Amino acid sequence: MLNFTIRRLIIAVPTLLFIAVVIFGLLQLAPGDPMAQVPLTVPPEVKERMREALGLGQPIHIQFWKWLVQFFWVEPQVLIDHIFGSHFADGKLRVLSWQTRSPVMDIVVQRMPQTLWVVGMSYIVGILIALPIGIYSAYRQYSIFDQLGTFIAMIGFSVPTFFTGVLLIVIFSVNMDHGSFWWFPSIYDTTLKVTDWASFGQQIRQMAMPVTVLALYNAAQISRFMRASMLDNLNQDYVRTARAKGVGERAVVMVHVLRNSLIPVVTVIALGVPQVFGGAIITEQVFKVNGLGQLLIGAIEANDLPMVQTLTFIFAVLIVLFNLIADVLYGILDPRIRYD
Amino acid sequence: MKLKTVLLGAAAAFAMAPAAMAERGADGHVNVIYWQAPSILNPYLSGGTKDIESSSIILEPLGRYDPDGNLVPFLATEIPTVENGGVSEDLTSITWKIKPDLLWSDGTAFTADDVVFTAAYCMDPEGGCAQLSKFNGIKTVEAVDPLTVKITFETPQPNPYGAFMGGQSPILQKAQFENCTGGRAAECTEANFNPIGTGPFVVDEFKPNDVISLSANPNYRDPAKPAFATMTFKGGGDATAAGRAVLETGEFDYAWNLQLAPEVLEQMAKGGKGETVTAYGTLVERIEMNLTDPSPDLAPDIRATVAAPHPILSDLNVRKALSMAIDREILVEIGYGSAGRATCNLVPAPEMYASPNQDCIPQDIEGAKALLDEAGWTDSDGDGIRDKDGKKFHLLFQSSTNAVRQNFQDAIKAWWGEIGVETELRNVSGSVFFGGDAGSPDTFQKFYADVEMYANNFDGTDPQAYLAQYRCGNEPKPSSQWQGENINRFCDPAYDALLDELAKTGELEKRGEIAKRLNEMLTKDTYTIVPLVDRGRVSGHSNTLGGVALNTWDSELWNVADWYRIKE
Amino acid sequence: MTEPTHTPKPVAPTGATLAGGPLPEPMPSAPPRSQWVDVWHQFRHHKGAMAGGIVFLFIVLAVFLGPYLWDLDPSKIDFRARNNGPTWAHPFGTDQLGRDMMARLMAGGQVSLAVGITAMLLALFLGSLVGILAGYFRRLDNILMRITDLFLALPLLPLLLVMVLLFREPLSATFGIETGIFILIVTAIGVTSWMPTARIVRGDVLALKEREFVLAARSIGTTNLMMILRHILPNVISPIVVSATLGIANAIITESALSFLGLGFPPDFPTWGRLLFDAVDYMQQNPERVVMPGIAISLTVLSVNYLGDGLRDALDPRIRGR
Repeated sequence: MLNFTIRRLIIAVPTLLFIAVVIFGLLQLAPGDPMAQVPLTVPPEVKERMREALGLGQPIHIQFWKWLVQFFWVEPQVLIDHIFGSHFADGKLRVLSWQTRSPVMDIVVQRMPQTLWVVGMSYIVGILIALPIGIYSAYRQYSIFDQLGTFIAMIGFSVPTFFTGVLLIVIFSVNMDHGSFWWFPSIYDTTLKVTDWASFGQQIRQMAMPVTVLALYNAAQISRFMRASMLDNLNQDYVRTARAKGVGERAVVMVHVLRNSLIPVVTVIALGVPQVFGGAIITEQVFKVNGLGQLLIGAIEANDLPMVQTLTFIFAVLIVLFNLIADVLYGILDPRIRYD
Repeated sequence: MKLKTVLLGAAAAFAMAPAAMAERGADGHVNVIYWQAPSILNPYLSGGTKDIESSSIILEPLGRYDPDGNLVPFLATEIPTVENGGVSEDLTSITWKIKPDLLWSDGTAFTADDVVFTAAYCMDPEGGCAQLSKFNGIKTVEAVDPLTVKITFETPQPNPYGAFMGGQSPILQKAQFENCTGGRAAECTEANFNPIGTGPFVVDEFKPNDVISLSANPNYRDPAKPAFATMTFKGGGDATAAGRAVLETGEFDYAWNLQLAPEVLEQMAKGGKGETVTAYGTLVERIEMNLTDPSPDLAPDIRATVAAPHPILSDLNVRKALSMAIDREILVEIGYGSAGRATCNLVPAPEMYASPNQDCIPQDIEGAKALLDEAGWTDSDGDGIRDKDGKKFHLLFQSSTNAVRQNFQDAIKAWWGEIGVETELRNVSGSVFFGGDAGSPDTFQKFYADVEMYANNFDGTDPQAYLAQYRCGNEPKPSSQWQGENINRFCDPAYDALLDELAKTGELEKRGEIAKRLNEMLTKDTYTIVPLVDRGRVSGHSNTLGGVALNTWDSELWNVADWYRIKE
Repeated sequence: MTEPTHTPKPVAPTGATLAGGPLPEPMPSAPPRSQWVDVWHQFRHHKGAMAGGIVFLFIVLAVFLGPYLWDLDPSKIDFRARNNGPTWAHPFGTDQLGRDMMARLMAGGQVSLAVGITAMLLALFLGSLVGILAGYFRRLDNILMRITDLFLALPLLPLLLVMVLLFREPLSATFGIETGIFILIVTAIGVTSWMPTARIVRGDVLALKEREFVLAARSIGTTNLMMILRHILPNVISPIVVSATLGIANAIITESALSFLGLGFPPDFPTWGRLLFDAVDYMQQNPERVVMPGIAISLTVLSVNYLGDGLRDALDPRIRGR
């Protein structure tokens, strides 16, 4: 397993480089122009000057090389400087966003808290809801509870978040009285700092609606998945054997079946983690959370190529990393899998 | 009717303002939401409206336009004119006098050197300044004394109020930006995010594309203003959400540009937490006719260029018929409600430049049919679509992606269907459509379609540069990397001659006459441009926010120093 | 507003299910026909599956045959009847241009169902193919899984823009405008949503490969192709079915986001996702406008889900006959 992990880590380097090249090529090929958001009142020759100032006129391979150097050489130095107070990166050009003319990584770091709070929390809540529902639905397959669970899960999955989000806002922000306990803010305040219980309460309140919307969506998927996995295991011979041995029903389900059923579920949960960092574009937009998802979609709309390139590359690193983790977990949890 | 009362209400509130407050910071906190989030607070590095408007809270120009389009001094003592001697008789120089004892928010003195520096900053060839056109034709900018700036032009300028006028070209502090000129402009993140200004508020924290936290400028020139101690300027989401936050949930005090379907806005206004305000500027939603052939069968260097005239739309009667089939009043009703007016003009305002032409307003389906018959387009095979010489009357109609535009496209397609014209619709993402990517077939400049719809306006109150866009040779073409502003590929030597005359004319009345004539040559005479709706700006503010005076000629936040909390 | 169009989706929308426990007996070796008769027999006795099938059939019929009974033109604009609530003339009300919502729902359903099902099938095909090949042939595993990583990492929006840029005109020229765009959208959605299926199928195949029945089959000289078709594929049908269910919903919603971004069908082409999206702003005045397309999408997904459940149970020899 260790061998396998090391080998995969080594392979990850060329893979990621290749992904970086493909992303870069794709972005270059895609139509669009960072000047699209500049009003039409600005004449074309001025726009041309602005493009030049962004470095757009340079040959493509030079642009790519610059990005590589900035991302892999300068940015780590900035991080080291930040931690140890050294001055390696002084005066070196970092990856600059075209929209804000500021370092991309600074903005990414700025966006991290709200994305982790909202999207991360909704993932955890989603998992916590989904597992028991999935287990019980499978155990009592085709019972009322199972049917209801299926129904809700399917609704949760098939109704898009741009609808559920707005629905919650209309109910809890518009129609509730402002002073009432059931009133929740429709706009997420990213400047809120949690310093005491009151501000913690405020943070919980402003997270409530976006987390609910996303958790419903996440739970819908994971519960389907848990149920299917449980169903497969409940019919296996070892379950019959365990029952025949006189093992208690509770132990059969919660120990033998659940453990085996969790193997694929755990790996899929691991595979979903990079997407937490990717943010939830619609939900972030509906509640103005302005996290990483909103950052990416805004950058794509503004054709802010350094930002898009850096963000997608970070996601790519996370995806490759968590795929590896999922594979390793799979191997550890299921000894029958042989990678070598 | 409703609009009028709203405007009157706003005006009344404005008039009452001075009485309602007396002390800086007495009214606490104000929340503003822009559904497009500001990216940078230096308007010279980004032409985006969101960035210009957000920075206008912090940075100020020498003079601004007021809601009626008049020039009002801000950092200057008065607006220089030929009468008061500020503008030279030959129109080649303008001299601004700066108010004495002005301080930057960091407490240092504001001088003419800062103004001179700002000009140098923007005119630096390496800097990629977004407002460079404001500094067009400037020979020198010099500080005559610490409170006097003289701008000399290379040629006489009938409109010398480009630089330092309006939200697009405010004054930057020399001390802060000294090391940020030219190629280094982009590296000064700290300065670009926290510019030191003379405006009513200073930046406490700026989170790009998200939120700005501001507080009152302790050195603001009026000791009683601003009434608010702090401000949160939130960005992001969409117009619906912004409208809801102000009109329905009451979480925010001011929402910018609520471009929503009229009935949606009406429903929100029932929330009772706030009201909408409307004002008109020069923004006109129009259909542009392609005078050149966009057929994909043509070679790339001929397609959509003047070398290939359009097979259908080159005929004036056809263009006129297409315009006649449109009911502009209904378009206003479905798309803009009280925030739009049907118009036949490319230049709808200011009044002295706006032609009185109203001919296009009544829809005339029968007349359109007759015109097409006359032009030789008849339905010879009885399939409901006109044809001529075996060619179907088929148009490709493109626009940017936007709910209102798609409704318009659907409605216009239906009307054109009634007169026997088959229309194929296409919508293109705004980031592609309005971008100038020469490699994309979908930009509005390349115009690989027969007709297209979008909106455009001009900065300030003078339409000269705007009308000059339609000069022969200014069309997008392969040799200019498809850059150019003459989208229709319109070309008329008489038009160009009249443009030259306009550039030489200083007398306002005469200028108005020429501009009206030019406007009519593009619209009523040739139907090259088919204006549809004169689009107003709608913004919303809460019932407790006073002092709002919606301005379409300048930044909407131009008078944010005068805003105050209405006590209940 | 682009969640579904963008690669990061909250969770991989599929289920790996057979990976866990041992499978006791090899697949029955009766002749295929009787096996399929068995499958059909089991399927018919699955209440959920039959209900799902009937509802799905009803939706398909309503959407494709409905326009013959309800013959209002979905694109007929009537400015006098804008934003009407339900009336006898317009049972589901009208939209902001006075178009009949019932006719639009039916027209939209044709597009959405066609896109949803084709894109889902394409994604399933690609996902299963890559998953099985990667799991079964160790040599291909690494390269195929790295390609999967690549596709997971690609930003969907620029990818679509590039596809539109490169292929719109040639496709429109060859197949006509509507079919051209249909192919483009289905391919775009299919090509960008097969990865989770591939990963999960691969995981299952990896586990199956080590099982006794596979060894037994190999010992009697079964070829790789037969092994995959007879022994591997039937055993990974369960995660594939779950993928299918979620895939349809995903495709329908992704399509709506694409049209919203100007990358989808032309604006005069109603689809369920688009109807729903357009109606969200009118949620307070005309709730039926959001509810109807929402119900249509949910019902479709639900019915496909039950169909899938039934199919999976019917294909499982251990459940069959219970």
